[in-house]
Amino acid sequence: MKRIYSVLVENRAGVLCKVSGLFSRRCYNIDSLAVGETENPDVSCMTIVSSGNQRTIEQIEKQLNKKIDVIKVKTFEEKDSISRELMLIKVKYNRNTRRDIMEICDIMKADIVDMSNTMMIVQICDMPERIKVMLDMLKSISIVEVARTGTLALPKCVDN
Amino acid sequence: MIGADAMVKCLENEGVTTVYGYPGVAICPFYNSIISSGIKTVLVRTEQNAAHAASGEARVTGKVGVCAVTSGPGATNLITGIATAFADSIPMVCISGQVKSELIGSDVFQEADITGAVESFIKYSYLVKNADDIPRIFKEAFYIANSGRKGPVLIDVPQDIQEAAVRNFKYPEEVNIRTYKPTIKGHAVQIKKVIKELEKAKRPIICAGGGVHLSNAVPELREFAHKYRIPVVNTMMGIGVMRTDDPMYFGMVGNNGKAYANRAMNEADLIIMVGARVADRAISQPDLIFTNKILVHIDVDPAEIGKNVGPTIPLVGDAKHIFDDFANQEFECEHEEWIKTLEEYRKDMVKVRKPNPDYVDPAGFITMLSKEMKDNAVYVADVGQNQIWSCNYHIVKDGRFLTSGGMGTMGYSIPAAMGAKRGDMSRQVVAVCGDGSFQMSMMELATIMQHNIPVKIIVIRNNYLGMVRQFQHFNYKDNYSVVDIKDGSPNLEKLSAAYGIPYIRVENMSHALEKIKEFLKDDTTTLMECIVDPMDLV
Repeated sequence: MKRIYSVLVENRAGVLCKVSGLFSRRCYNIDSLAVGETENPDVSCMTIVSSGNQRTIEQIEKQLNKKIDVIKVKTFEEKDSISRELMLIKVKYNRNTRRDIMEICDIMKADIVDMSNTMMIVQICDMPERIKVMLDMLKSISIVEVARTGTLALPKCVDN
Repeated sequence: MIGADAMVKCLENEGVTTVYGYPGVAICPFYNSIISSGIKTVLVRTEQNAAHAASGEARVTGKVGVCAVTSGPGATNLITGIATAFADSIPMVCISGQVKSELIGSDVFQEADITGAVESFIKYSYLVKNADDIPRIFKEAFYIANSGRKGPVLIDVPQDIQEAAVRNFKYPEEVNIRTYKPTIKGHAVQIKKVIKELEKAKRPIICAGGGVHLSNAVPELREFAHKYRIPVVNTMMGIGVMRTDDPMYFGMVGNNGKAYANRAMNEADLIIMVGARVADRAISQPDLIFTNKILVHIDVDPAEIGKNVGPTIPLVGDAKHIFDDFANQEFECEHEEWIKTLEEYRKDMVKVRKPNPDYVDPAGFITMLSKEMKDNAVYVADVGQNQIWSCNYHIVKDGRFLTSGGMGTMGYSIPAAMGAKRGDMSRQVVAVCGDGSFQMSMMELATIMQHNIPVKIIVIRNNYLGMVRQFQHFNYKDNYSVVDIKDGSPNLEKLSAAYGIPYIRVENMSHALEKIKEFLKDDTTTLMECIVDPMDLV
């Protein structure tokens, strides 16, 4: 079962280590982890995607809450959230593949953000499953390197 | 005033009377300042025992134990003591010196990343970066250590911070950590639910863990159990919650506990687990304690509830507050038949031992010893066969039973007994260890003599690492591997003489009582060696 944790923490040295250490020590999975400052520079938001059975998922939330540097833990399923991932992919191209790449970018709503005579960098920001599709499509051409942010997510807007 | 003075002032403000430790260059400014304060220092012989001593003191006083060591190896030596305190939720503040701030990260002499190293078994840790933060950090550290689920907190202080000037020292009166607000009071709705189930229950039982001692809820629990006539069992850490001779007490649970206690747990229809982790040694089959019965789990740490077993009624809060709330509820319950059944189990399901008459019978000896001990004496059991014999045959009156239950750290008893004695000099303190665990901390005999801390030490000698030998007996067909410690172990009579400690030897039960009386006759450090059958099993 997949689960997204949105964890607000004190923006201090060593906190990332404490949180990731908790996952490794208790053998919880981390599928992805993204960290960034919030609107308040004293507070960081970690978005952690993890998976496990019901009891593990519950324990992860409790153990996170127990960490003294953790301010708040929100947890939700993928379907109840808006989630996005950003990926940069450097691909090699030649005369034959250039059009294919451009078409794929067109269909997937990706942008070409840098280019040389033999390589280009494609940028895509989309839902995690579409990122995977994009990666599969470009794999058949020639990927040089890839950088991904991991999933960022917020629960969907609900009016009370 | 410099950082080191501020650190000492913080300790004074917290009412700390003793610091256990071992100096070194990186903690020298602190030790330079403490000498002119009213705080006593106890120089242990290895750092791990400073932590155990602080832990022993904390368990007896209920206050935070404090130890202070130097950087690098001093700090890493402390690690086992920190892990031991963490596993048993003992409030402790560990101060470690650190190399100068500008050198951190460059692998200089005696540098170790101690805050990183202890992260997975410490409640919280600080690396002080500014001397002006010292008062706030110390205030927070003591508060964190001794509130909620208690535990060790480490403060790592670089040498230059200890030497830096502190402008207008002011010890904070209050702590405000926005991320740390432990739940103390139990939820009223949950409490009502528990009472409702108790009214219906035919076969209720309370299983008390170490949390009952930590929250100081022993009188409240006893009163509740007596008023509503609810039988009580306990885990190893919960020993002493009830007097052994209490008619409502039905022994220790677990694979090393009493058969009748485990049977009581299995046959109960309502279990109130309080301050216990439902860990493997106490409850080897967690599913048995919640199928076909109501399980109430009371703990101050929400993460413990549901970790090993899913309770019917979770109740987060401090045991003392919750039993106070229980006491304010009006209800009636009736289960005399259940108590009668349990009384029969207690009478009939007694393990029969066949002691070898040529040796001291550890079971009979421990019972005899505990009967002779003072009512409020502190009994500190080490780890190994001696621990299991102690759990099963020690008669607790109104004293305490201390042991390393969670981590099972060998060598715990002597340093912890030192701390316990210093915590309350009026109490009789007896450490009971095996010949294996004794040799893990016998260097502390020097500390005991230097600082005049009169503890009674019993070494149960079988010339083996008995617990492992027993395991190899059952699981590896008597293929004894690396457990024989006969050769090389010291002559304890000569060793005692070298330290100037009176020595008593007991070889069989015929003269045991007379020797015990001699051993306990006054409040001086004495070492008693008991020769037991090397092949004895727990």
